[in-house]
Amino acid sequence: MCRPQVVAAYPISPQTHIVEALSDLVRTGELAQCEYLTVESEFAAMSACIGASAVGARAYTASASQGLLFMAEAVFNASGLGLPIVMTVANRAIGAPINIWNDHSDAMALRDAGWIQLYAADVQEATDLHLQAFVVAERTSLPVMVCMDGFVLTHAVEEVDLPEQEQVDAFVPPFVPQQLLDPDDPVTIGAMVGPEAFTEVRYLMQQRMDTAIGTVAEVAHDFREAFGRSSGGLVRGYRLEDADTVLVTLGSVAGAATEVVDELREQGIAAGTLTLTCFRPWPDEAVREALAGARRVVVLERAFSVGRGSIVGQDVRDSLHDLPVTVVEAVGGLGGRPVRRSDVRRLVEGVAADLLPTGRLHFLDLDHALLASAGVR
Amino acid sequence: MTSTRETRLYQVGTFAAGNRLLDLEDRSVQAHPDRTNAITSGHRACRGCGEALGARFVLDAAVRAAGGDLVTANATGCLEVFSTPYPESSWQVPWLHSLFGNAPAVASGMAAGLRAQGRATRVVGQAGDGGTVDIGFGCLSGMFERNDDVLFVCYDNQGYMNTGVQRSGATPPAARTATTSTAGDVPGNPFGQGKSAPLIAMAHEIPYVATATVADLRDLEDKVTRAMEHHGARYLHVLVPCPLGWAADPSDTVRLARLATESGLFPLFEAEHGEVTGVTPIRHRVPVDDYLRLQGRYAHLFGEPGRPDLVARLQAGADRNIARFGLLEEGGDRP
Amino acid sequence: MFNVRFHGRGGQGVVTAAEMLSVAAFDCGLHAQAFPTFGSERTGAPVTSYCRVDDRPIRFHEPIEEPQAIVVQDPTLLHAVPVLAGVQPSSYVLLNTSRELSLAGVPDGDRVAPDRLVTLAATDLAREVLGRPVPNTALLGALAALTGVVPLEAVLVAIRQRFAGPVAEANVELAVRAHASVAHDSMGTVRAMGPARAGGTVGGRA
Repeated sequence: MCRPQVVAAYPISPQTHIVEALSDLVRTGELAQCEYLTVESEFAAMSACIGASAVGARAYTASASQGLLFMAEAVFNASGLGLPIVMTVANRAIGAPINIWNDHSDAMALRDAGWIQLYAADVQEATDLHLQAFVVAERTSLPVMVCMDGFVLTHAVEEVDLPEQEQVDAFVPPFVPQQLLDPDDPVTIGAMVGPEAFTEVRYLMQQRMDTAIGTVAEVAHDFREAFGRSSGGLVRGYRLEDADTVLVTLGSVAGAATEVVDELREQGIAAGTLTLTCFRPWPDEAVREALAGARRVVVLERAFSVGRGSIVGQDVRDSLHDLPVTVVEAVGGLGGRPVRRSDVRRLVEGVAADLLPTGRLHFLDLDHALLASAGVR
Repeated sequence: MTSTRETRLYQVGTFAAGNRLLDLEDRSVQAHPDRTNAITSGHRACRGCGEALGARFVLDAAVRAAGGDLVTANATGCLEVFSTPYPESSWQVPWLHSLFGNAPAVASGMAAGLRAQGRATRVVGQAGDGGTVDIGFGCLSGMFERNDDVLFVCYDNQGYMNTGVQRSGATPPAARTATTSTAGDVPGNPFGQGKSAPLIAMAHEIPYVATATVADLRDLEDKVTRAMEHHGARYLHVLVPCPLGWAADPSDTVRLARLATESGLFPLFEAEHGEVTGVTPIRHRVPVDDYLRLQGRYAHLFGEPGRPDLVARLQAGADRNIARFGLLEEGGDRP
Repeated sequence: MFNVRFHGRGGQGVVTAAEMLSVAAFDCGLHAQAFPTFGSERTGAPVTSYCRVDDRPIRFHEPIEEPQAIVVQDPTLLHAVPVLAGVQPSSYVLLNTSRELSLAGVPDGDRVAPDRLVTLAATDLAREVLGRPVPNTALLGALAALTGVVPLEAVLVAIRQRFAGPVAEANVELAVRAHASVAHDSMGTVRAMGPARAGGTVGGRA
């Protein structure tokens, strides 16, 4: 719908059916003026997107997990060159042990790659975020990852309101590159930069990322105006007013979080939930504003930094550093383990009752029996 | 029809001397005052750099063949480093450097992006031997097998010169590098290793494969021009001596390139769709010694006591190339 | 909310079955969600898929642990994977088999209400109608009759949306025949038949 001109992709579960469908669309001509490259690796996929984007073509790829790591060098390069590539990340765990199922270790490993990272809560939002991603990318000349939980969302059939092509065309205008390899006006892109200017180049990247916070919000606003549906943006709060205890999530757990909040409210627990749609750039002000009234915040994420603990939790804590808010950090749903409402409810109840200490990472769903059988106590 | 065509003016082994006697269209690209100067003066290459020389001839010829409508993708390496010290650039063509190992894939993406936009702009990818035969080889093979519309040029100086002369998959046997020292029973790079990227390119049955050197620059220009007449994946492997890495005199760059071909160590040939279509015969065959002795990287073969056995093995390799490609034209001189 | 869990083996259209049921539910103006759990994509490997149907939007994503209906597309799974896990006294169990089958010894088999267990020789029926042993559309027809979660017409719409031409029509015929055999045996309307259906074998070779 967003009329990419070059799609370069390498198959990896659970991304395959996305690129299979795109290949069909290109072959049947339904997706016109588009070239589909069956590249030999994810590294080549991102590299081809870099080349395509540099000659002024709208470039798209999709990957996950090991594939994302395999292309990592080119991922950093794309943002360094300021090329507005859009990539779907069908979030999947990283081995070893090899695991094809969902968690966020892959995208989180590339959180410092200089890409905008948007996380979809459901299939509708995943659809909408792709439209927004192309607009954000091309307006900021920064690449964007649209992260959607592998299998949980990528293989889910849900009702989706698919916008009309004319609406999409109006929302996603043709790509006008901010830098272009043009034989009539030759430029050098990707020159070697030494200590005398490297810091400044990186500073400008940071500045552009800061600006992108506004762009992400602005494009979500425009989307709501155009399609009459609230989708994307920086963060989304649910029953945050008077919320004492707030559950912060990103990705497909968001829906379960709202269910749990409703249940807890019925029990008289003043719970609320905040969904982070935009993780990079970090929407510091929006997070701070949304959580300022809370007394306790629990961050539940599907990845963690081995040797340190919470990833998103650190950012949340940092945003609230001078506020009297307790931040509890939890991880769950690793390697495809479902995050159940019952687990989430137990977590939030525990936090609301001040039963979970801060300063350590809580595992939502550890199978203690399995650990015991492995001789771990 | 001019008589000059019949006149073989072998002055420095090329047609350079006869250039002014040729018809306008037969003159070298570099002879035209309006040549592109794709890589212009002021770059930071070493004295006697074969790669800088090769790249200028290749790109100027390619730009002329493309009618000025051309973009380039460049791998990390000497060529990239010496040509674009920010905020300066030697490139007068649209030029992109992404990474070390991905130049063929970047070029593929460029070709796809241009085709999607309905533009006829041509694409040239370029890398040194490390970026081509080692770290970029997966991307190169992928570009070949998809037959993407890219001319990829390898400037082969037989090692990682940019990082201080380490061995690559294109380093020849017995050569000393920083990672194949002269210590041990078989000093220098081991025999029986390495690969021939042109032959592997041919195995993809792509439209055009050729080898060339900076000794015969008219031949190099001709091959670029011929490559640009084809569409699809094309590969040009250019031997570019490196005075630093080869420990040779900067003034010997062109001489070394010529000796590499005339000894049979670096055969010059062209192939289309996997079949050899032409070879450049050796006009004055020389023993490999003549080539090796000019280079410090082979010095350990010639001192006292030296390693005549290894020189003989290198000679045997050259002989095999000569036999395989039929490099000795009728009546060619023999050493 | 009505939760259906499908068990089968790779190649039997388990994932497609759940997806078609969700499409049928959309067609009725209901909200639905379908999703699979994959091991690896090998033919013959056990595959589970899920479909939730509700009259309000479904906000969460988690596997179905207490299904209102379980469809077992391959009876050899009964002793291989916990197909009956979470079965409720009111849960329907639709088994594809051409044999007399006892749940004795099947984990949680004793928790299945006898009057909620129905068997259908869906593979035989599929072989007869489609010429291929793919039982999923037959089971969907039967499931519609058994549970009334969606009407047969909606299943047919979903089949026609999924397949084209003669394949679609053959699958429609298969679903209609499977539906009729269950509905006929129940001797009641689709909506009402659920609890009235006595345990027994319908369709194909008994």
